[in-house]
This record gives sequence, C-alpha cells and structure tokens, in this order.
Amino acid sequence: MKPRPIVALLLAAFVGIAAALTPMEGTLTPEQDARYRVLIHELRCLVCQNQTIADSNADLASDLRKQVHDRIAAGESDDDIRRYVTDRYGDFVLYKPPLTARTAALWIAPFLLALLGIGLVLRLLRRNRSAPAAATPVDAQRLRQLLDEKDP
Amino acid sequence: MRYAIPVVVLVAMLVLLGIGLKLDPREVPSPLIGKPAPAFELPLLGADPEAPKLSVASLTGRPVLVNFFASWCAGCRVEHPLLMELSKQGVEIVGIDYKDAPEDARAWLARHGNPYRQVALDRVGQAGLDWGVYGVPETYVLGADGRVLFKQIGPVTPQAWERDIRPLLAGAAR
Repeated sequence: MKPRPIVALLLAAFVGIAAALTPMEGTLTPEQDARYRVLIHELRCLVCQNQTIADSNADLASDLRKQVHDRIAAGESDDDIRRYVTDRYGDFVLYKPPLTARTAALWIAPFLLALLGIGLVLRLLRRNRSAPAAATPVDAQRLRQLLDEKDP
Repeated sequence: MRYAIPVVVLVAMLVLLGIGLKLDPREVPSPLIGKPAPAFELPLLGADPEAPKLSVASLTGRPVLVNFFASWCAGCRVEHPLLMELSKQGVEIVGIDYKDAPEDARAWLARHGNPYRQVALDRVGQAGLDWGVYGVPETYVLGADGRVLFKQIGPVTPQAWERDIRPLLAGAAR
C-alpha cells in the first residue's frame, strides 16, 4: 500500500516527459498525423544540414515542424506545404528534389555511372574468358618439356 | 598510353573535389531573389503594443537593408561595427530582432550602438521563417519596389558590402 503515491508520482513524471516530447499530439486526426510524420522526414533542417527536421533538435527544425503541423491542421495539402517551404528555402530543403534542369545531373548521374560500371565489368569478363584460350598451346608444350626434363 | 583513361578520370575527380572544397554548403541560395519581399507585420521595439506595426509596405520607396539579428547572436557582433559605419554613411537599415527578448535587444543596442532606422520584434520567428532565415545574422537587400535583390547569409563583411551590396544599392537608387 505504501509505495503507491511514489509510483503515481513517477508515472505522472513520465507522462510529463512524454507530453514534452510530443507537444502537438492529439490535435491531428490519425491520417493527418501520418502525413505529418512522412512530411517531416522529407524536409531538411538547414541548420544541421544532414538531418531531417524530424531528427534535428535545432530551433529552426522545431519551428518548421510546428509550421508543417499547423498547415496540415489548417487543411493544406502536402504539395501546398512543400511549396511553402521551397518558396522560402529552395529545393535544397527537400530530400527528394524535383527533376528540373538544375537537378538533372543529380538524378541521372547514378544511372549513368551504374551503366558505365556494368560496361567495364562486362569488358573485363570478356577479356578474361578469351585470354587463356590463346595462351594454352604454348604453355602446354613448355610444360611437357619441363616435365620430361625433370623425369629421369 | 594504357594509363590515359585512369589519369583522365583521376584528374577530373580532383578538379571536381577542388571545386567542391571551395563551395560553402552553408550558403543556400535564396529562392526569394527577384521576388517581392514576403509580407509581415511586426511590433516595433520601444513602441507600445497598440502603435502601428512595421510592415513590408513601409519598406518600399527606396532601397533598404533588412538585417535579421539577435542579442544572443555572435555573428551579429562581428558585423555590427560595419552596420554602424554604413548607417553613418546614410544607408538605410531596418533591424528585425529574431527570437529575442525586447529588453535584451534594447540593452544590446545601447551597449553596441544602434545602426537601425527601425527595429521590429520577431519574437517567435515567424517572419524569419517566412523570409527563409535559417541562422542570424542574415541581411536582405530590398530595392525601391520592395523586391529582394540579394541575401547575405552570415555577417555582412566589408568584401560583401563592396562587391555585392553597394553596387546593388547604387543601381537601385538610380
């Protein structure tokens, strides 16, 4: 019977911590919340540039999370929100930038490099397969010669 | 001759690496360049809450520098002497105190001098967000028509003033 108040107090403290970590929970419908979670993982935090605003503790990231949250709550579409952010911070904030003339190299280069790599590998394989065939008769003859010498 | 291709590839990679080292990833080009400055309405420092607020409309008519600063910002100390000098030369600078307590801003300006024609308070950082600010200090050059001509990320340096900002102001004033 005795420890109960302490347990209750501890639980209350944890509730407080949980509430602090997700201060905006409960104001979105489950579908909106799912969109929120997807969006904050798509947007880059400009202060700590290799983190999404979901991962970052920076002030700006939390401002942007709040912005995304409020705009979803206000009924804006995902595209509206992406436009709001890119109009101000540029395509750089999107981890998946749109395919434009400026970003074409970014999107196409990996495929070009992969093709180049495959081409190189195929060329090497073909060379290796043809090389031993040409050398064999000479080697075999020489080998036999050597073996005969050593065998008394 | 059999090393020609690897050498060419290596040189190309070194050149790209060299270019990459020179680029500053912190400097994200602002998509606002050439566009009208985003709207805001912010209370002025030292005015009572009912007083008229600072809005973008009051920034048009002549070129102006809009400087986002804060009393807690180290880079702002760095650029401050230059801003003081510019204001003495007659350059119009409007300050936006970003995520700061008014009394801190007032004390900071009293200690280091006030180069601003007006200081507006952006306590929650909403105007900063709308303008694409991601780290103070940032300075926007606005033309007489209220369009953003240039954005300086980080402290305004003498080089940035001479090379980027002064020619723009001279051009915009004509």
